[in-house]
Amino acid sequence: MIIQALFFYLFASIMVASAVMVITARNPVHGVLFLILAFFNAAGLFVMLGAEFLAMILVIVYVGAVAVLFLFVVMMLDVDFAELRAGFVRYLPVGLLVGAVLLAELVLVVGGWATSAGILKSAGLPTPPAGAPTNTEALGRVLYTDYVYFFEAAGLILMVAMVGAIALTLRHRTGVKRQDVGAQVARAPSEAVRTVTVAPGSSGFPELGEGQ
Amino acid sequence: MTIGLSHYLTLGAILFTLGVLGIFINRKNVIVILMAIELMLLAVNINLVSFSAYLGDLTGQVFALFVLTVAAAEAAIGLAIVVIYFRNRGSIAVEDINVMKG
Repeated sequence: MIIQALFFYLFASIMVASAVMVITARNPVHGVLFLILAFFNAAGLFVMLGAEFLAMILVIVYVGAVAVLFLFVVMMLDVDFAELRAGFVRYLPVGLLVGAVLLAELVLVVGGWATSAGILKSAGLPTPPAGAPTNTEALGRVLYTDYVYFFEAAGLILMVAMVGAIALTLRHRTGVKRQDVGAQVARAPSEAVRTVTVAPGSSGFPELGEGQ
Repeated sequence: MTIGLSHYLTLGAILFTLGVLGIFINRKNVIVILMAIELMLLAVNINLVSFSAYLGDLTGQVFALFVLTVAAAEAAIGLAIVVIYFRNRGSIAVEDINVMKG
Protein backbone atom coordinates (compact mmCIF):
# COMPACT_ATOMS: atom_id res chain seq x y z
CA MET A 1 0.00 0.00 0.00
CA ILE A 2 2.90 2.33 0.76
CA ILE A 3 4.37 1.48 -2.65
CA GLN A 4 1.08 2.44 -4.28
CA ALA A 5 1.01 5.79 -2.47
CA LEU A 6 4.64 6.40 -3.36
CA PHE A 7 4.04 5.79 -7.05
CA PHE A 8 0.84 7.83 -7.06
CA TYR A 9 2.62 10.85 -5.63
CA LEU A 10 5.57 10.32 -8.00
CA PHE A 11 3.37 10.19 -11.10
CA ALA A 12 1.04 12.95 -9.89
CA SER A 13 3.81 15.39 -8.96
CA ILE A 14 5.69 14.87 -12.23
CA MET A 15 2.46 15.23 -14.17
CA VAL A 16 1.45 18.48 -12.45
CA ALA A 17 4.97 19.88 -12.82
CA SER A 18 5.09 19.03 -16.52
CA ALA A 19 1.60 20.49 -17.02
CA VAL A 20 2.86 23.74 -15.47
CA MET A 21 5.81 23.63 -17.84
CA VAL A 22 3.49 23.04 -20.82
CA ILE A 23 1.59 26.25 -20.20
CA THR A 24 4.57 28.37 -19.21
CA ALA A 25 7.30 27.08 -21.54
CA ARG A 26 9.04 29.82 -23.47
CA ASN A 27 9.70 27.52 -26.40
CA PRO A 28 6.64 25.59 -27.66
CA VAL A 29 8.85 22.64 -28.62
CA HIS A 30 9.72 22.25 -24.94
CA GLY A 31 6.02 22.59 -24.19
CA VAL A 32 5.20 19.68 -26.50
CA LEU A 33 7.94 17.57 -24.92
CA PHE A 34 6.56 18.28 -21.45
CA LEU A 35 3.10 17.37 -22.76
CA ILE A 36 4.54 14.00 -23.77
CA LEU A 37 5.97 13.61 -20.24
CA ALA A 38 2.54 14.40 -18.78
CA PHE A 39 0.93 11.76 -20.99
CA PHE A 40 3.47 9.16 -19.93
CA ASN A 41 2.76 9.85 -16.26
CA ALA A 42 -0.98 9.70 -16.92
CA ALA A 43 -0.40 6.30 -18.51
CA GLY A 44 1.39 5.24 -15.34
CA LEU A 45 -1.59 6.36 -13.26
CA PHE A 46 -3.94 4.44 -15.56
CA VAL A 47 -1.88 1.29 -15.04
CA MET A 48 -2.16 1.84 -11.28
CA LEU A 49 -5.93 2.11 -11.67
CA GLY A 50 -6.08 -1.17 -13.56
CA ALA A 51 -6.87 0.36 -16.96
CA GLU A 52 -3.96 -1.15 -18.85
CA PHE A 53 -5.56 -0.89 -22.26
CA LEU A 54 -6.23 2.84 -21.91
CA ALA A 55 -2.69 3.36 -20.64
CA MET A 56 -1.24 1.74 -23.73
CA ILE A 57 -3.67 3.63 -25.98
CA LEU A 58 -2.60 6.85 -24.29
CA VAL A 59 1.05 6.13 -25.02
CA ILE A 60 0.44 4.98 -28.59
CA VAL A 61 -2.19 7.50 -29.69
CA TYR A 62 -1.16 10.57 -27.72
CA VAL A 63 2.60 10.25 -27.57
CA GLY A 64 2.91 8.46 -30.89
CA ALA A 65 0.46 10.46 -32.94
CA VAL A 66 -1.00 13.60 -31.39
CA ALA A 67 2.14 14.90 -29.67
CA VAL A 68 4.27 14.20 -32.72
CA LEU A 69 1.67 16.03 -34.81
CA PHE A 70 2.02 19.01 -32.47
CA LEU A 71 5.78 18.77 -32.76
CA PHE A 72 5.58 18.75 -36.56
CA VAL A 73 3.32 21.81 -36.64
CA VAL A 74 5.40 23.75 -34.10
CA MET A 75 8.57 23.08 -36.07
CA MET A 76 6.96 23.65 -39.48
CA LEU A 77 5.46 27.06 -38.74
CA ASP A 78 7.99 29.85 -38.83
CA VAL A 79 6.40 31.89 -36.05
CA ASP A 80 8.03 34.35 -33.73
CA PHE A 81 6.91 32.71 -30.52
CA ALA A 82 8.53 35.35 -28.34
CA GLU A 83 6.23 37.94 -29.88
CA LEU A 84 3.24 35.69 -29.17
CA ARG A 85 4.25 35.58 -25.52
CA ALA A 86 3.81 39.32 -25.12
CA GLY A 87 1.02 39.96 -22.64
CA PHE A 88 1.88 36.82 -20.69
CA VAL A 89 2.37 38.83 -17.50
CA ARG A 90 -0.65 40.98 -18.23
CA TYR A 91 -2.98 37.99 -18.47
CA LEU A 92 -1.39 36.16 -15.54
CA PRO A 93 -3.36 37.80 -12.67
CA VAL A 94 -6.78 37.24 -14.21
CA GLY A 95 -5.76 33.74 -15.22
CA LEU A 96 -4.57 32.94 -11.71
CA LEU A 97 -7.78 34.40 -10.29
CA VAL A 98 -10.02 32.30 -12.53
CA GLY A 99 -7.83 29.25 -11.94
CA ALA A 100 -7.93 29.68 -8.17
CA VAL A 101 -11.71 30.05 -8.19
CA LEU A 102 -12.14 27.00 -10.43
CA LEU A 103 -9.73 24.90 -8.37
CA ALA A 104 -11.45 25.92 -5.13
CA GLU A 105 -14.83 24.95 -6.56
CA LEU A 106 -13.59 21.62 -7.88
CA VAL A 107 -11.81 20.73 -4.64
CA LEU A 108 -14.91 21.67 -2.63
CA VAL A 109 -16.97 19.35 -4.81
CA VAL A 110 -14.42 16.55 -4.46
CA GLY A 111 -14.05 17.15 -0.72
CA GLY A 112 -17.79 16.97 -0.20
CA TRP A 113 -17.96 13.69 -2.02
CA ALA A 114 -19.42 10.76 -0.14
CA THR A 115 -19.83 7.33 -1.66
CA SER A 116 -22.92 5.44 -0.68
CA ALA A 117 -22.29 1.90 0.47
CA GLY A 118 -24.59 0.34 -2.10
CA ILE A 119 -22.96 2.00 -5.07
CA LEU A 120 -20.63 -0.89 -5.77
CA LYS A 121 -23.54 -3.26 -6.33
CA SER A 122 -25.19 -0.89 -8.80
CA ALA A 123 -22.41 -1.11 -11.36
CA GLY A 124 -23.87 -1.67 -14.78
CA LEU A 125 -20.70 -3.13 -16.22
CA PRO A 126 -18.61 -4.58 -13.42
CA THR A 127 -14.87 -4.44 -13.93
CA PRO A 128 -13.24 -7.86 -14.17
CA PRO A 129 -11.87 -9.22 -10.92
CA ALA A 130 -8.14 -9.75 -10.64
CA GLY A 131 -7.22 -12.55 -12.99
CA ALA A 132 -9.27 -13.56 -16.01
CA PRO A 133 -10.45 -11.88 -18.13
CA THR A 134 -7.94 -9.10 -18.56
CA ASN A 135 -8.88 -5.45 -18.74
CA THR A 136 -8.35 -5.38 -22.51
CA GLU A 137 -10.52 -8.44 -23.04
CA ALA A 138 -13.31 -7.08 -20.83
CA LEU A 139 -13.20 -3.75 -22.62
CA GLY A 140 -13.26 -5.46 -26.01
CA ARG A 141 -16.24 -7.57 -24.99
CA VAL A 142 -18.40 -4.56 -24.17
CA LEU A 143 -16.98 -2.32 -26.90
CA TYR A 144 -17.97 -4.65 -29.72
CA THR A 145 -21.34 -5.64 -28.26
CA ASP A 146 -23.05 -3.08 -26.01
CA TYR A 147 -21.26 -0.06 -27.41
CA VAL A 148 -20.90 -1.13 -31.03
CA TYR A 149 -22.87 1.85 -32.38
CA PHE A 150 -20.74 4.27 -30.37
CA PHE A 151 -17.67 2.47 -31.63
CA GLU A 152 -18.85 2.88 -35.22
CA ALA A 153 -19.59 6.56 -34.53
CA ALA A 154 -16.07 6.98 -33.17
CA GLY A 155 -14.70 5.48 -36.36
CA LEU A 156 -16.86 7.85 -38.38
CA ILE A 157 -15.57 10.83 -36.37
CA LEU A 158 -12.00 9.77 -37.03
CA MET A 159 -12.69 9.40 -40.73
CA VAL A 160 -14.36 12.82 -40.92
CA ALA A 161 -11.37 14.29 -39.08
CA MET A 162 -8.96 12.64 -41.48
CA VAL A 163 -10.84 13.75 -44.57
CA GLY A 164 -11.23 17.24 -43.13
CA ALA A 165 -7.55 17.60 -42.24
CA ILE A 166 -6.46 16.43 -45.68
CA ALA A 167 -9.04 18.58 -47.48
CA LEU A 168 -8.01 21.64 -45.46
CA THR A 169 -4.29 21.37 -45.98
CA LEU A 170 -4.21 20.02 -49.54
CA ARG A 171 -3.39 22.69 -52.06
CA HIS A 172 -2.87 22.69 -55.79
CA ARG A 173 -0.19 25.20 -56.56
CA THR A 174 -0.16 26.71 -60.02
CA GLY A 175 3.06 27.06 -61.95
CA VAL A 176 4.54 23.80 -60.67
CA LYS A 177 5.86 21.41 -63.32
CA ARG A 178 4.38 17.99 -62.81
CA GLN A 179 4.55 14.80 -64.76
CA ASP A 180 1.39 14.37 -66.86
CA VAL A 181 1.23 10.68 -67.60
CA GLY A 182 -1.78 10.99 -69.89
CA ALA A 183 -0.12 13.59 -72.09
CA GLN A 184 3.04 11.51 -72.24
CA VAL A 185 1.25 8.34 -73.28
CA ALA A 186 -1.01 10.12 -75.79
CA ARG A 187 1.97 11.66 -77.55
CA ALA A 188 2.16 10.52 -81.20
CA PRO A 189 5.29 10.44 -83.38
CA SER A 190 3.67 12.84 -85.80
CA GLU A 191 3.63 15.68 -83.26
CA ALA A 192 6.91 14.85 -81.60
CA VAL A 193 9.27 14.48 -84.56
CA ARG A 194 9.79 16.92 -87.41
CA THR A 195 11.66 16.02 -90.53
CA VAL A 196 13.61 18.82 -92.12
CA THR A 197 15.54 18.74 -95.27
CA VAL A 198 18.88 20.37 -94.66
CA ALA A 199 20.54 22.05 -97.52
CA PRO A 200 24.35 21.85 -97.47
CA GLY A 201 25.89 24.81 -95.70
CA SER A 202 22.73 25.91 -93.92
CA SER A 203 21.93 25.48 -90.27
CA GLY A 204 18.89 23.35 -90.91
CA PHE A 205 16.70 25.77 -88.97
CA PRO A 206 15.30 28.18 -91.53
CA GLU A 207 13.89 30.43 -88.81
CA LEU A 208 17.40 31.22 -87.63
CA GLY A 209 18.29 32.68 -90.96
CA GLU A 210 21.00 31.62 -93.31
CA GLY A 211 24.67 32.03 -92.71
CA GLN A 212 24.54 32.87 -89.00
CA MET B 1 -1.66 6.43 3.32
CA THR B 2 -4.24 4.69 1.17
CA ILE B 3 -4.75 6.33 -2.18
CA GLY B 4 -8.47 6.84 -2.60
CA LEU B 5 -10.80 8.17 -5.22
CA SER B 6 -10.48 11.72 -3.88
CA HIS B 7 -6.73 11.73 -4.56
CA TYR B 8 -7.32 11.04 -8.23
CA LEU B 9 -10.21 13.50 -8.42
CA THR B 10 -8.04 16.21 -6.85
CA LEU B 11 -5.29 15.46 -9.35
CA GLY B 12 -7.83 15.73 -12.16
CA ALA B 13 -9.09 19.03 -10.77
CA ILE B 14 -5.56 20.45 -10.56
CA LEU B 15 -4.80 19.34 -14.11
CA PHE B 16 -8.06 20.79 -15.44
CA THR B 17 -7.36 24.08 -13.68
CA LEU B 18 -3.88 24.17 -15.20
CA GLY B 19 -5.47 23.69 -18.62
CA VAL B 20 -7.85 26.61 -18.06
CA LEU B 21 -4.97 28.72 -16.73
CA GLY B 22 -2.95 27.85 -19.84
CA ILE B 23 -5.73 29.13 -22.08
CA PHE B 24 -5.88 32.37 -20.09
CA ILE B 25 -2.18 33.18 -19.98
CA ASN B 26 -1.33 32.09 -23.53
CA ARG B 27 -4.11 33.97 -25.22
CA LYS B 28 -2.11 34.73 -28.34
CA ASN B 29 -0.64 31.37 -29.18
CA VAL B 30 -3.11 28.93 -30.73
CA ILE B 31 -0.77 25.97 -30.46
CA VAL B 32 -0.33 26.35 -26.71
CA ILE B 33 -4.10 26.78 -26.39
CA LEU B 34 -4.59 23.48 -28.21
CA MET B 35 -2.07 21.85 -25.87
CA ALA B 36 -3.96 23.26 -22.88
CA ILE B 37 -7.17 21.75 -24.27
CA GLU B 38 -5.37 18.40 -24.51
CA LEU B 39 -4.42 18.77 -20.84
CA MET B 40 -8.04 19.43 -19.90
CA LEU B 41 -9.20 16.35 -21.82
CA LEU B 42 -6.51 14.33 -20.06
CA ALA B 43 -7.88 15.53 -16.72
CA VAL B 44 -11.36 14.44 -17.78
CA ASN B 45 -9.97 11.02 -18.72
CA ILE B 46 -8.28 10.68 -15.34
CA ASN B 47 -11.60 11.44 -13.65
CA LEU B 48 -13.46 8.90 -15.78
CA VAL B 49 -10.92 6.14 -15.29
CA SER B 50 -10.62 6.71 -11.56
CA PHE B 51 -14.39 6.60 -11.14
CA SER B 52 -14.41 3.45 -13.26
CA ALA B 53 -11.77 1.82 -11.08
CA TYR B 54 -13.22 2.80 -7.71
CA LEU B 55 -16.86 2.11 -8.55
CA GLY B 56 -16.03 -1.15 -10.31
CA ASP B 57 -17.85 -0.11 -13.45
CA LEU B 58 -16.26 -0.51 -16.87
CA THR B 59 -18.44 2.18 -18.49
CA GLY B 60 -16.02 4.92 -17.46
CA GLN B 61 -13.17 3.32 -19.36
CA VAL B 62 -15.35 2.89 -22.46
CA PHE B 63 -16.28 6.55 -22.29
CA ALA B 64 -12.64 7.55 -21.76
CA LEU B 65 -11.84 5.69 -24.97
CA PHE B 66 -14.37 7.81 -26.86
CA VAL B 67 -13.03 10.98 -25.26
CA LEU B 68 -9.59 9.96 -26.52
CA THR B 69 -10.99 9.48 -30.03
CA VAL B 70 -12.63 12.89 -30.08
CA ALA B 71 -9.48 14.50 -28.64
CA ALA B 72 -7.35 13.00 -31.41
CA ALA B 73 -9.80 14.19 -34.09
CA GLU B 74 -9.93 17.65 -32.52
CA ALA B 75 -6.14 17.93 -32.44
CA ALA B 76 -5.86 16.90 -36.09
CA ILE B 77 -8.51 19.34 -37.31
CA GLY B 78 -7.26 22.15 -35.06
CA LEU B 79 -3.68 21.81 -36.25
CA ALA B 80 -4.85 21.65 -39.89
CA ILE B 81 -6.73 24.91 -39.38
CA VAL B 82 -3.63 26.46 -37.77
CA VAL B 83 -1.50 25.38 -40.73
CA ILE B 84 -3.81 26.83 -43.38
CA TYR B 85 -4.29 29.98 -41.32
CA PHE B 86 -0.55 30.44 -41.11
CA ARG B 87 -0.24 29.76 -44.84
CA ASN B 88 -2.82 32.42 -45.67
CA ARG B 89 -1.87 35.15 -43.22
CA GLY B 90 1.67 34.40 -42.06
CA SER B 91 0.72 34.58 -38.40
CA ILE B 92 -1.08 32.49 -35.81
CA ALA B 93 -1.95 35.29 -33.40
CA VAL B 94 -5.44 34.68 -32.03
CA GLU B 95 -6.30 38.36 -32.18
CA ASP B 96 -6.11 38.37 -35.97
CA ILE B 97 -8.58 35.53 -36.32
CA ASN B 98 -11.63 37.75 -35.80
CA VAL B 99 -11.53 38.51 -39.54
CA MET B 100 -13.45 35.25 -39.96
CA LYS B 101 -16.54 36.63 -38.22
CA GLY B 102 -19.82 37.07 -39.99
